[in-house]
Amino acid sequence: MTNQNGRFGVYGGQYIPETLMNAVIELETAYNRFKDDETFNRELDDLFKNYAGRPSLLYFAEQMTNDLGGAKIYLKREDLNHTGSHKINNVLGQALLAKKMGKTRLIAETGAGQHGVATATAAALLKMSCVVFMGVEDTIRQALNVYRMKLLGAEVVPVKSGTGTLKDAVSETFREWTARIADTHYCLGSVMGPHPFPTIVRDFQAVISKEIKTQILEREGKLPDAVIACCGGGSNSIGTFYNFINDKSVRLIGCEAAGRGVDTFETAATIATGRTGIFHGMKSYFCQDEYGQIAPVYSISAGLDYPGIGPEHAYLHDIGRAEYVPITDAEAVDAFEYLSRTEGIIPAIESAHAVAHAMKIAPTMSRDKIIVVTLSGRGDKDCASVARYRGENIDE
Amino acid sequence: MSKIFQAFAHGKAFIPFITCGDPNLKTTAEVVRAAVANGADLIELGIPFSDPTAEGVVIQAANLRALQGGVTTDKIFDMVHDLRGDVKIPFVFMTYANVIFSYGAEKFFGKCRELEVDGVILPDVPFEEKDEFLPTCKKFGVDLISMIAPTSEQRIAMIAREAEGFVYVVSSLGVTGVRSEIKTDLASIVAAIRANTKIPCAIGFGISTPAQAQAMAKISDGAIVGSAIIKILAEHGTAAPKFVGEYVREMKDAIRCVN
Repeated sequence: MTNQNGRFGVYGGQYIPETLMNAVIELETAYNRFKDDETFNRELDDLFKNYAGRPSLLYFAEQMTNDLGGAKIYLKREDLNHTGSHKINNVLGQALLAKKMGKTRLIAETGAGQHGVATATAAALLKMSCVVFMGVEDTIRQALNVYRMKLLGAEVVPVKSGTGTLKDAVSETFREWTARIADTHYCLGSVMGPHPFPTIVRDFQAVISKEIKTQILEREGKLPDAVIACCGGGSNSIGTFYNFINDKSVRLIGCEAAGRGVDTFETAATIATGRTGIFHGMKSYFCQDEYGQIAPVYSISAGLDYPGIGPEHAYLHDIGRAEYVPITDAEAVDAFEYLSRTEGIIPAIESAHAVAHAMKIAPTMSRDKIIVVTLSGRGDKDCASVARYRGENIDE
Repeated sequence: MSKIFQAFAHGKAFIPFITCGDPNLKTTAEVVRAAVANGADLIELGIPFSDPTAEGVVIQAANLRALQGGVTTDKIFDMVHDLRGDVKIPFVFMTYANVIFSYGAEKFFGKCRELEVDGVILPDVPFEEKDEFLPTCKKFGVDLISMIAPTSEQRIAMIAREAEGFVYVVSSLGVTGVRSEIKTDLASIVAAIRANTKIPCAIGFGISTPAQAQAMAKISDGAIVGSAIIKILAEHGTAAPKFVGEYVREMKDAIRCVN
């Protein structure tokens, strides 16, 4: 889907300082060399299987299905991966690539902390040093993950600039990369930023849809009617969509964080409220004001609290191949509690956005239809903030 | 051809950077006039952006102050219109791609021509992406300034050959901000640029003292100073014009006669 200049239709590109151009060119060259390399893929498969726990389960949510009384619901259990989310897929790929490139240091941004934890984990495993940039607001919302990263040997830098959330963490990681390139790889956590990141991250996350396809054909003998995933920058959703893009009968649905609602300023739903712009290395959709100033977005979910979306999603939206729907904090929290009670699975608050949409559409579909919802991560990290949302204070 | 070459006709050029609207546009206009009266050869006018990814903490803070003060692209155009009543030296805008993209390139560069703004510096638009704005820049006679960094290496010739106005040489790795020492082998970078273009090269990033400016002017055609001036504004606020004027005089005096 990526064309020669790293574009998805008009989206994508490389809008970065000259200082970083040779770094992204070096990365692209290395990626093109290793992506079909037998040894590289054997090593990555081994890490996926024996370290991360792949393939992840495709679980039939029978009680949820019966309770909602419509389409059959399957859950793709990325929450069961080592480190507790889909982020490990991309990180193992990029860390291994960085190692092959002779890099000794990984830097990363993180929102909810899941990508930071995954990066710190890969750095520990591959004996690399690691610095994670995290918005100061998020270090408070996700204190447990800060501790996990430190435990894994990473340095965590709280980012105070701007709104102190994910977008500022991304900006600060780019600034750090500009200052130190020779030994450092920026392990970007989503399908965003300058080319080749949106393509590399997508390729490493595409394992999600590859497995779903095999697993659902084994179980049901047919493709699902819809696949649903939450969508901030959009890495677990593009991973969920990718191998179904050419299967036109499969609806691809991305769930954006509407925060307190798309009619308020406290939202992070980029497709619903943003317009085309250029930021963080890419042309895509962004939440912004009339003069192009990036909007201070909001969501209860630190991992979806980002004012942009990956360029391939912008393209899939424009050509009408994928649908993007906003899910509010209230709907996500309800889904978080619902899945916990109904299936005994506590989803990440990010993933709960996808669960919430499945709860809306499953009852409208007939019983012979199939929905696959990707649970991008587990929800232990969110218990304290959901408790706070419900007016209860608990110690983490 | 723009008027930018005129900035390099009075000895080595001194190019101050000012974030428009920090702390307000009235002060910005006064600072520009003070800089010009004290020997500035070209003014780099920063249009603030909410998320300036190429800037260090000093200019980030200036962007934030300016935006909190309610500055907009249109209000900056109005200020430049007033300045053009009496200030004739070349101006270039420094901003980020989204500010222009959002405003509309046709409208933005049309306004630049009307206000005699001679060029634009966009740190997030490298050589590979310059076609985003170059056709519109050319249409309105506005130079799209190229940047060359310590990591550019084999890219220098390609960038320099197509450069317009002047070449902005980034002194060191990292974002903008005052540095105690600049270690990059800039002389060989400038030599590589000069082998490929006749337009002037000015060095920026990290320069704050007269001695640093002098050292940079020795190997290039001018020095660009941002963070050191923004620090004066942060310290003195609306009283800053006098202090910026004194600083500009000291810096220009240090480089005027450098060969």
